[in-house]
Amino acid sequence: MAEAKKTTIVLFSGDYDKAMAAYIIANGAAAYDHEVTIFHTFWGLNALRKPEKQSIAKGKLEAMFEKMMPRGADRMGLSNMNFLGIGPKLIKKVMKKHNAMPLPELIDMAREQDVRLIGCTMTMDLLGLDEKELRDDIEYAGVAAYLGEASDGNVNLFI
Amino acid sequence: MEPKTTIDAKGLACPQPILKTKKAIKELDSGEVLELHATDKGAQSDLTAWTKAGGHELLDHTEDNGVYKFWIQKGE
Repeated sequence: MAEAKKTTIVLFSGDYDKAMAAYIIANGAAAYDHEVTIFHTFWGLNALRKPEKQSIAKGKLEAMFEKMMPRGADRMGLSNMNFLGIGPKLIKKVMKKHNAMPLPELIDMAREQDVRLIGCTMTMDLLGLDEKELRDDIEYAGVAAYLGEASDGNVNLFI
Repeated sequence: MEPKTTIDAKGLACPQPILKTKKAIKELDSGEVLELHATDKGAQSDLTAWTKAGGHELLDHTEDNGVYKFWIQKGE
């Protein structure tokens, strides 16, 4: 077969539904034998957070950010009809009924398919997120690494 | 042609049927046939596109009472 095609996705959003769309496309692209990379920046980094609280010494502002942002994919809200957190519960129920994969499982599946997950280090600093708070199986990079991948990418998405 | 493996993806939502197909076809030798059962309405378009892109051949497909069946022959 010809050289593998590339899919790159920027996950900016910290919404459960948008992240789900990103990860479904990533898994689909991996099934297409694409080399897939997801760059997580700003609120999208929350999808990579470990669900358990990590004890890390932080400044006041960073500690506040840590508290206010969802700790991991399963705690993320919806972009629409969030209803103060009831929306995600409802949609997870509906997803179960329709046998759709929940976001945490989609992320694990993506890793199983060798999708590269990348944390943007600049926004990690802004949001006060430490490497220890994020999944252990991810990489770290900046805009140049993203452009390097995206320049010869066949599918490029910003979600 | 006799399928080498049969995959049951009934009741599973996108992208699971395609992921299961991909996994199963990896185990086959070229020329061997995979049979897939699915109920996802998008599966037909998905599999037609996926087999074409992967160099496989969609030999046949049927629909019966909401169950879609596909026979895919692995390419080179």
